[in-house]
Formats: sequence, C-alpha cells, structure tokens
Amino acid sequence: MTYIAKPKFHHPGLKKNELGYTHRDYEGKISTLCAGCGHDSITASIIEACYELSIEPHRVAKISGIGCSSKTPDYFLGNSHGFNSVHGRMPSVLTGANLANRDLIYLGVSGDGDSASIGFGQFAHSIRRGVNMTYIVENNGVYGLTKGQFSATADRGSKSKKGVTNTDNAIDLVAIALQLGATFVARSFSGDKSQLVPLIAAAIGHKGASFIDVISPCIAFNNHAGSTKSFDYVREHNDAVNRLDVLVGRDPIAVDYAPGTVQMVDQHDGSRIALRKIDADYDPHDRLGAMTFLQKHAAKGQIVTGLLYVDPDAEDLHEHLNTVEVPLNTLEADTLCPGSTALDKFNASLR
Amino acid sequence: MSDKKPISSVNDFVVRFANVNGSGSASANEMFARAILRHGVPVSPRNIFPSNIQGLPTWYEVRVTEGGHLGARGGVDMMVAMNPQTWDKDIAGIEPGGYLFYDSTKPMPSTKFRGDITVIGVPLTAITNSTYTDPRQRQLFKNIIYLGSLSALLDMDPKLIEQLIGEQYKGKEKLLSSNVHALHLGRDWALQNLKCPIGLRVKKSDKVGDRIFIEGNSAAALGAVYGGATVCAWYPITPSSSVAEAFTSHCKKYRHDPVTGKAKYAIVQGEDELASIGIVIGASWNGARAFTATSGPGISLMTEFIGLSYFAEIPAVIMNIQRAGPSTGMPTRTQQCDIIACAYASHGDTKHVLLFPEDPAEAFEFAAAAFDLADRLQTTIFLMLDLDIGMNHRLCRPLKWDDAKQYDRGKVMTAEMLEEGRDFGRYLDVDGDGIPYRTYPGTHPTKGSYFTRGTSRDRYARYSEEGSVYADNMQRLMRKFETAQDLVPRPLQANAERPTKYGVIYFGSTSPAMDEAIGLLEARGHQLDRLRIRAFPFHSSVASFLAEHDFVYVVEQNRDSQLRQLIVNENGIDPVRLVPIVHYDGSPITARFIAKAIGDHQDHLKVTPLRKAVS
Repeated sequence: MTYIAKPKFHHPGLKKNELGYTHRDYEGKISTLCAGCGHDSITASIIEACYELSIEPHRVAKISGIGCSSKTPDYFLGNSHGFNSVHGRMPSVLTGANLANRDLIYLGVSGDGDSASIGFGQFAHSIRRGVNMTYIVENNGVYGLTKGQFSATADRGSKSKKGVTNTDNAIDLVAIALQLGATFVARSFSGDKSQLVPLIAAAIGHKGASFIDVISPCIAFNNHAGSTKSFDYVREHNDAVNRLDVLVGRDPIAVDYAPGTVQMVDQHDGSRIALRKIDADYDPHDRLGAMTFLQKHAAKGQIVTGLLYVDPDAEDLHEHLNTVEVPLNTLEADTLCPGSTALDKFNASLR
Repeated sequence: MSDKKPISSVNDFVVRFANVNGSGSASANEMFARAILRHGVPVSPRNIFPSNIQGLPTWYEVRVTEGGHLGARGGVDMMVAMNPQTWDKDIAGIEPGGYLFYDSTKPMPSTKFRGDITVIGVPLTAITNSTYTDPRQRQLFKNIIYLGSLSALLDMDPKLIEQLIGEQYKGKEKLLSSNVHALHLGRDWALQNLKCPIGLRVKKSDKVGDRIFIEGNSAAALGAVYGGATVCAWYPITPSSSVAEAFTSHCKKYRHDPVTGKAKYAIVQGEDELASIGIVIGASWNGARAFTATSGPGISLMTEFIGLSYFAEIPAVIMNIQRAGPSTGMPTRTQQCDIIACAYASHGDTKHVLLFPEDPAEAFEFAAAAFDLADRLQTTIFLMLDLDIGMNHRLCRPLKWDDAKQYDRGKVMTAEMLEEGRDFGRYLDVDGDGIPYRTYPGTHPTKGSYFTRGTSRDRYARYSEEGSVYADNMQRLMRKFETAQDLVPRPLQANAERPTKYGVIYFGSTSPAMDEAIGLLEARGHQLDRLRIRAFPFHSSVASFLAEHDFVYVVEQNRDSQLRQLIVNENGIDPVRLVPIVHYDGSPITARFIAKAIGDHQDHLKVTPLRKAVS
C-alpha cells in the first residue's frame, strides 16, 4: 500500500552474502496479508533462499496471477521486476517472459484457486512444455481474498469455516505435475521453513519446470477443526520423505554426513543437493514410484513432503525450440531483419 | 441450342471452378490463375471453401481483369462444374450467354442444362481412366487435364503453363513430365473435338508489371519477421492459422544463425487463445517483440488480457484475420465484423489502436509498423485483416523495405539513464504525450524495478485506490491515445473530378471493389470523394472530410455498420449524415453491389445525374 512505508535502515552488523547483500536487500514491501498467514512464511523462505544462493535480486522476474498468494511478490525482492498479471494466467505470462530473456530467473507464484481452478490448464501446459521456472503454489484450500469459498485442492470431506462439507474430489497438483513431466517436484509446508528454504533454493538451481506445492494454512478462513489444510492438521499428517541441503559451488560448506545417509544430486547451475533420506525406500529419481507412493499415502490421509522427484539432466523449452544462447530481447534489426535484398528475391519468387 | 448470343470478351471475364474439397483441385486451379498472370493479364482469384477437410463443396473463382479490378465481380461467365452435389446451383449461377464446362463421360439429361448458355463437354473421366490406373493419380491428373482443355478453349499459350509446371516440379523430373503430358492430353482432346477458342479469350498483355501474387497472411507474417518479432504464440483457428504457419516457414528461411543453426525466434502453439496472448504479454513485458494471430472467437477469449495490456501498458500485436461472426459464425467466410469488438475490447474504459491494410503489400508494411507502434505506445496494436485478404492470392505492388530503418523501441529507460539519476516513474508522463518510460526486467541492481499490475497505481507504480490517482492515470491514457492519432497510418483521400457534396468512407478489403465502383458510379453521373481509413484512432482529416460533405457513405462488410458507429461515437457526428452501405453475407463485397447501393441512395435523394441534366 502506498501509505505503509517500510524503513530502509538496518543494523550495521547485518550478515552479508557472497555478493555483499544483506537479507534486507531481498525484502520487499510490508505484507498486507493477515497476521500469521502461511504465505508470509513462504515469502520469508523465498527471501532466505535467494540470500543464501547469492542471487542478484534484479536478475529475478517474479510473476503471479490473482489472489492472496499472487500479492506476495510485492513483499519480497523489491529490486526485482514483478508482474501481478491475470487470474490463472501466470504460467503463460511467465512462459512469454522466459522466451524473451532466458538469462533471468523466473519465479512463478500462484495459489490453489489460481492454479487448480481458473488456471488449471495453464498450470498443466507450462509444466508439460518444460519452461525453466520455479513454480510455487501457496496452497491453502480456500479462496482467501473472497472470504473462504472452497478451492479445487480442498479435500473431499473437509469442512469450511461455516461448517459446509466439501463433496468434490480434490486436485493434487503434485500428482498432476509428476504426470505431466515436471522435472523437479516437491511439496512442503509453510510451517516448516527448514525444509522449505532448501527446496526453493534447489528448485531455483534446477533447469526445467520446477514445481513446489506448499501447504500454507489460511489463518482467517481455513485453520479450524475439520479443515485438512490447518496448521494442526498438516503438522499431524506431515510425512517428510527427505530433507535436504543445497551446497553452492564455491561455498565450501563443511557438512559432515554419515556414510550412506546422503544422496548427492548435481544441478545444472553447479550447485549440489545433499538429500538426507528419512524414508529409506524413497527414490526421488523414480517418477512412477513417486506417483504410486503419493497415492498410497494420500489414501491413508498422509501429506507427503520433501523433494519428490528430480531429473538433474532435464531439458527446457529453449532447448526444445533450439533458440540462440543470447536473450531474444537483445536482438536488434541487424540480426532480425532479412533486409531489402532478401525481400527483392522474395518478390521475384512471387511473379 | 443457345437462344442468347454467347458472351464474347477478351481478358475480362470470370471463371468459377466447382470442386469437391480434398480432390486436389486447388493446385490445378491456382495454376490456371498463375498462367493467366504469365500472359501479362491481371487476375483476382478467390477460394470459397467450407469448414471441412474432405467431401464438401468448394469453389475457386478467377476474375480475369485486364482493367486490374481485383475485387470480386459477382456473376460467372464460365463454370467449370466438377461437383455433381452443387450442379443445379452452379448451372443457375452462370450469366446468360455464358459457358458451362463439364465432364461428359456420363450422359446427362437435357433438363440438367440451360438453353441460354454454351455447353462444353469433355469426357475427362474417360480420358483419365484410359491413361492412368492408380486412383490418386486419376484424381490429380484429371484436374490437370481440364486445365489443358481450358487452355485450348480460352486460347492460352501452353508454353506458359508448361513453364509453371516446370517451376513447381523443379528437380522432380517424373512428376514434371507426367503433368505436362496430362496437360496436353486435355488440350489436344479439346483442339481435336471442340471449336477452339470460345468467346472468352486470354490475350497476352502487359498489365501485370512488377506486381507480386501473394496471400495477405503470408505477407503479414513476413512483416512480423521484418518488424523484428521474436516471439509468436498462437492457437489454430481459421482463417488465421496460416499467419503462424507462414511465420514459421519465413523464420526457418531467414532467422537461423548460419553458423550454429540456432533459432532467433520462438514459436509456441498455445493451449488456447488465453495462453497465446498471455505469452505475448509476458514476452513484450520482458522486452521482446511478440505477436499472436487469431480470429473473432479468439479475440473474445483474449479480451481480459487486452484490458491488462491497455491498463498496465504492455505492448502486444494481435493480427485479427476476421471471419463472419458472431459465435462460430461462418468460419470460412469473410467479414469486417470485429471493429467494435477490437476498438473497445475488454471491460472498463479502453480504446485500442487498429490498423486496416487494404491488401498484402499493406499487410506487410502495417505488420512491421505494428511492432514499432506497440513499443512506442506500450499497448495492443490490432492488425485488422480479413479472410478475403488473408487467405486469397492477391496481386499487389512488390514488398519494400528500407535498410536504413531502425526499430523504434519506444521509451525504454536503460541502466545508463538510471545511473545518471533520471527520475523513473513507470507511469509518469514526462514528455506530455501520455507515454511513460518503462524498464526491462533485469536492467539495474538497485534502480528501475517496478511492480506491474492490472490494479490501479500511482505514477510511480505504487498500488493505490485513491480516486484522484486513478483518474489521473485514466486521463493520461486518453492523452496517449490522442498521441497515437499522429503515429498511425493516415487516411488517403481521392477527390472526384468535379466538386461534390457526397463522400464515401471505406477501409480494408473493400478497397478494390470501391475503386471499381467509383468508375461505375461516375458512368451513372455520380461524383464521390473517397476517404480510405487506414487506422483507428481517426486522424483529424476524418472529421474534416465529414465536415466537407453533406452525406458520407460508409461502406463496410458487417451488418451493424461498425466503422460508422465508431466514427459517430468518436467524432460526435450526426448519424443521419453517415449512410451505411453494408454487405455481410460472407462473400467479398463487389463493385456492382456498392454502385447499386450508393446509386439507389443517390436516386432516392433525387440527385439529378449531371449527364441527364446536360442532355
């Protein structure tokens, strides 16, 4: 809001990252969401992940649709360009932006109404095209901004704040993303920052379509008994298959892992993911296995979280289209326009 | 048999081919049109086709016109009736004294013909079947055989057709010689068995000049290549799909790095029109030149994004190849029916720039210019084509490009400008033209970022619901639209020989029919000044033209006289002075129609034609 100014000064001793930026350099405007909103924790996690990765803030483009979740890009990365676009249409806008400049980092922020209802098609197609992006759904099972109607991710049998039971089946965006070929798929919980921050960092490092479904309770309309997206419910049913650390190339983080407990994943951007297994049988490189695992656990009412699938050798849309290495938005008439000689030849072929 | 004298005409007649779609007739028919062009005689061909792939009727009409009248004429002088399904209607459509060409292999009862036409039977199936055994060959060569017979009947030079076959099948010797063989089978049969030539004849001339023969959609797509478009997102819809397909083939030819082979463009077939325009908006927001091509139903779907483009000020180019609406309407028939839908697309107060090219040459120019305009004005630019221009080959002046031309990327604030300390307000009108500066994402580490949104915001892009802030922005958008008036192509005026109180306004594909109609009206003694509108917002010369004339006819191809509505609305003109002349049955407007409608109105006004007054 124009009338809420955020003070710019900060403690001189604030820690700086490799580029010399502090946390504050990754912050945005003051959030206008409800106090205690899960979305604000996700905002904080994005800030943390970008700080940890030492990303230049202006090299990120943050794009969203419409809704509470889609307002959040205003609350982080104040030096990045943001685009609060059209309801359900973040994926297409992001796809276009990505085509124009392949060198930026694309962060798509959406909600369950935005991605599972009005924008379900766009969600699906951006995933199947392999757009190089980090697509975060801040999933609370309700329409917050219009005061608590069920969304398409609300579980069948869950109760609204007004006591209405949802009779429609839920859409599991993680299952869909897996089926559509997303090459990085994760689920997390806004109340578990230690899991969420490295997941966001790993997703940013991944080349290809990264999707993270973050269960993010709506404090105002979906945090009551009978809800399956409340803080209490998610804490009780959270079944994490792994936890991870993201190791950035030059940063010699000395982490000692007991042998056999950690699986290393090399990422395209040079970072490495150290996966600490919680469920010994879970293999995050097995797409089919992941799909079965998720279905089985969902049937038991468990919410599986963690890095669920990753293909470190994925290709993205630019590779599919064989586009030039330089961003298309830097090309000028000298390389784009075939010129009058070519046109004369073209004319001659039409006589 | 004939009780009407057969039509006799050199280089001025209409031949219509009635075929079944999917029979491979299109390429033979097109070759017929091209062969006449090679005689130095202008032609204007039109495809009349169903929204279907195989089995339904399709027609191809070739107007042979030494006088260079490229609009549809109406009426048929010679019918090549190859489709039994439409036989009765086709026979009925022949002008008295006209000619019927048909496959006489199977005898037809005499009741199936007309007494006032010349009937020419060639046993096409019999000739074909005695020469070819393969069914597909039989079907394809039958088309070339009738082309051969027609060449004899119309006194065409077979060498010119052979030349065309040679160009088409260059490097495919077997196909080349078999096509030439088929051509002569038909030609020789006609020469030996029929009185050749008939009253309709093609005579060598020099009226084609250096003009080219091209479809508007291909020209518009090439305009996008020359205009620097790097991102194209589209969803298949007739009659616009061939824009994206042509853009793809032009890019394959012109836009690959010669060393790496990599593409200097990205084309995405979206999942729908919403995604297509979303991709365009995202790419343009990020500094690439992007466009989509669609038709009426696609425009309806895109309107929410078009409103965003207007309000958040993001460039976009939309090529609308209009077809008959509303709803699915007539997908393969032409109209100019999306004028209002595009001019005011989206909820809320919006106005959009429309460009109205008259032919492929202007489609090329305006398509390229649309990207400059979109960047300059930071809004959606519509290129308003229609099926008649888009999907038919049209003879037009050669495409031209000035190599000295640089792209106008509009007001973009760079990292250097930000470093110099320039005040950046995304919606700040620094020059008084209503156009603010923008920055591309990723420009500068600490300066120049802003948050783009479809909600109201102040001059520095900060969210605001203050009434005065909102109104300030809406007024600036109006100023910007006024600025557009002087940037878009101006109307072209052509005055009658003698001063007149009557004028006519027209646009787009109506152009050739209008030009021809002026001649017909002059012959009846009616003098009309002409104004061809080429863009919206209307230049001030439109208001002057209206002020200078008592009555102005507005000729257009839709039911509700949409351009007239737009003129009345935008200029505050008394509607009574603007007389609608509308043609909207899905066929292209003709000179005959225009001349009759305007002539009748003039008679109704009791305007005494000058010729009668002096006689």
